[in-house]
Amino acid sequence: MTLIAMPEADPTVLARRADIVKELKRFLPETSIIVSEDERRAYDTDALTAYRQLPMVVVLPETTEQVSEILGFCNAEGIKVVARGAGTSLAGGALPAEDAIVIGVSKMNQVLDVDFDNRTARVQAGITNIGISNAVAHAGFFYAPDPSSQLACTIAGNVAMNSGGAHCLKYGVTTNNVLGVKAVLIDGTVVEVGGDWLDAAGYDWLGLLIGSEGQLAIVTEVTVRLLRTAEGARPILLGFDRVETAGACVSDIIASGIIPVAIEYMDKPAIKVCESFAHAGYPLDVEALLIVEVEGSDDEIEFYLDKITAIAEKHAPQSLKVSQSEAESAAIWKGRKAAFGAIGRVSDYMCMDGTIPTGQLPHVLKRISEICESYDLGVANIFHAGDGNLHPLVLYNMNDPAEMVKVEECGAEILKLCVEVGGCLTGEHGVGIEKRELMTHQFDQVDLDQQMALKGVFDPQWLLNPAKVFPLANRPKPAQTGQRVAA
Amino acid sequence: MSDTVRPETEDALAAFVAEADSKALPLDIRGGGTKRALGRPTQTGATIDLSGLTGITLYEPSELVIAARAGTPVADVEAALAENGQHLAFEPMDYRHLYGMNGGSSTIGAVAACNISGPRRIMTGAARDSLIGVRLVNGKGEAVKSGGRVMKNVTGYDLVKLMAGAHGTLGILTEVTFKVLPKPEAALTLVYAGLADEKAREAMSEALGSPFEITGAAHLPGDPARTLLRIEGFPQSLDYRAGELTRDLKRFGTPERLETEASETEWQAIRDVVPLAAPTERAVWRISTAPTRGPAVAAAISNRIDAAYYFDWGGGLIWLACAAEGDAGAAIIREALGGKGHATLVRAPDDIRAAVDVFEPQPDALMALTKGVKTTFDPGGILNPGRMYAGV
Repeated sequence: MTLIAMPEADPTVLARRADIVKELKRFLPETSIIVSEDERRAYDTDALTAYRQLPMVVVLPETTEQVSEILGFCNAEGIKVVARGAGTSLAGGALPAEDAIVIGVSKMNQVLDVDFDNRTARVQAGITNIGISNAVAHAGFFYAPDPSSQLACTIAGNVAMNSGGAHCLKYGVTTNNVLGVKAVLIDGTVVEVGGDWLDAAGYDWLGLLIGSEGQLAIVTEVTVRLLRTAEGARPILLGFDRVETAGACVSDIIASGIIPVAIEYMDKPAIKVCESFAHAGYPLDVEALLIVEVEGSDDEIEFYLDKITAIAEKHAPQSLKVSQSEAESAAIWKGRKAAFGAIGRVSDYMCMDGTIPTGQLPHVLKRISEICESYDLGVANIFHAGDGNLHPLVLYNMNDPAEMVKVEECGAEILKLCVEVGGCLTGEHGVGIEKRELMTHQFDQVDLDQQMALKGVFDPQWLLNPAKVFPLANRPKPAQTGQRVAA
Repeated sequence: MSDTVRPETEDALAAFVAEADSKALPLDIRGGGTKRALGRPTQTGATIDLSGLTGITLYEPSELVIAARAGTPVADVEAALAENGQHLAFEPMDYRHLYGMNGGSSTIGAVAACNISGPRRIMTGAARDSLIGVRLVNGKGEAVKSGGRVMKNVTGYDLVKLMAGAHGTLGILTEVTFKVLPKPEAALTLVYAGLADEKAREAMSEALGSPFEITGAAHLPGDPARTLLRIEGFPQSLDYRAGELTRDLKRFGTPERLETEASETEWQAIRDVVPLAAPTERAVWRISTAPTRGPAVAAAISNRIDAAYYFDWGGGLIWLACAAEGDAGAAIIREALGGKGHATLVRAPDDIRAAVDVFEPQPDALMALTKGVKTTFDPGGILNPGRMYAGV
């Protein structure tokens, strides 16, 4: 029995399943409707694989108009909707509900327009994150936010969760890199917010929609900001024999006036697994490893690396190695970006995502080991040190129900610690179901009530991804405006 | 004249707002009083003066974060940052030149509430991109918080962004937390002379599409026209980048070079709309569109009305002055934009700002959401009522 409950399914909706499928065929081709249990099985979880639930039906619309028809229908019928990109959420953001229709955006995956003069691209929401950068790389441009799952994850999911990545220390997260969206409201209304210009008019709808975890609208098109690729980039590897020293080195680098594009941290267990996977030349005898990347011209890179080396040397690093070639740099990043997958081959894990003030790094890392030890669970730490976004991977056995409860409790304790030291529950993965019941540790009820009131404005019946983000207790009563067809 | 209340704590402010809500007393929210003329004129029963809520509450230079109570003068925040070689990267504009004010100081809360950015916005984002945490009192007198003091935070809905640019119509900010950045050691501006608007836009697009990290790109038409490109960083790197840019942009001429101090003076004037501040009786518009459409939009407007203008943000931001008569050019300007961007009337007499849409009108669906969201924060409609839109 896990601690994370899902609400009871509505039996009246389940009873109408056959009729609902028939209705969907009015505005969707049969190839866009997934009904059979076998095929629905592919949508029963996301990257938080410990939780599974078959959805009632899955639809894969090809146009904004189809999304509009589906939502209008669901709103009128009072049917819940779970939007889905590639299903790579680590927080259970795309976990279906038994009585919900899953709307997958994977068929809407085209680049619609690239404008190098204005440095923007307009894409359909189902395109992969890397797909955008691939479409503009020939001209020397890229789309900046780079989640580790960027080969698979969609911009739709990035918008829903306000995804970050290793390089957002310099370039910001999704909300800093999106200029406009086309979105469908629950009643089927299509709205356009912003466009190819800076600072959309009126209230900051982009800011509100980005990171709203599919609870306010479904985004079908996105206009992103493109950036010119730097002339060059080079990482330096800094190994330390103490976690605290690595933390102090991070603080000193940032205080020195240099903003590297990335400062990534790995601890010993993570280094070992990643090195055996990527052969990146990570030092194996250190307790903590920093990957610090700088970019610019050769001279600029040289200048920054000299400065960073001087700072690091004050902390007596056990090893210090500058990447000597593009191949070596690629291997260093391959190891980092594959870290979650590589560790997944060794053990099941629950990936935490709290953010803390960077000055608290040594204290928090020490407490994390103590907490995990107290639950008799292993932990590997891999995270974005520059901005304090931690990813402790708590290792456990998914098939052991007792360990499942233990890992949830252990994870909750780690996240509460992050809040206690001035941080937050989630830096880039989102709340989903995983952190839903922990929200009261970061927010007072009045804060949550204000957020939930906004949900009520966009989605009065609470049909869009309703089981997520907010604790199940103390929710407002949803409006009952849906006209239901006779069962 | 209405009564003025000057709370010194968030609790006192919340109690007063709750009482005002129960009496349906509309409130005017005042920080430093430098932007009284921004937005639609409002009719209120009392003024909330935030000058009692001051002070930096948190500053951790090594974590690139600063928090201050909303009534803290921007100058105080900037001075504290400067002591540690840091700054607000989005370069907030100072409206006093435009409004002909000598004294006073804008507050850090107003910078957040009005989402005020400057030329560096093209590189480092707007005020809303650096704003990472807020505390506010909503129209029911409830103290609400969102965001925090860490760089990356996706916990719950991003009310921080919603507050930025809501001009105090959703909540009264009491404390704001900003991400800050190291202030570049040096700056260098390349100035090209005599380029026509579209040619200048091409030069700016090319520069902004280069890897040389342009932090300012403006074009001032005139005799001669001047096109300015700013780069910032450590001195050795500036020489290199200036050299590369000069070579890449050779077809646009040979640029004059402005070093750090001269460069700063130029960009401050561009930031604060000094070129259009006089004559003071003219209306001033702030127009945002895609850079490639900027010159055509400006031409379409100035073909029909007598207008003076210049471009920032590589051509995407047009500052435009015209006669403050009739609708102050609103219809013509918005027709020229064709829905692809937005125009804000930042300076005009009260009667004009009461009669025309000061902010870009929203499509019906977004206006319905605007009203719905307003109701959740401020059901009595007492916070800066009508400042952005009638009835909001």
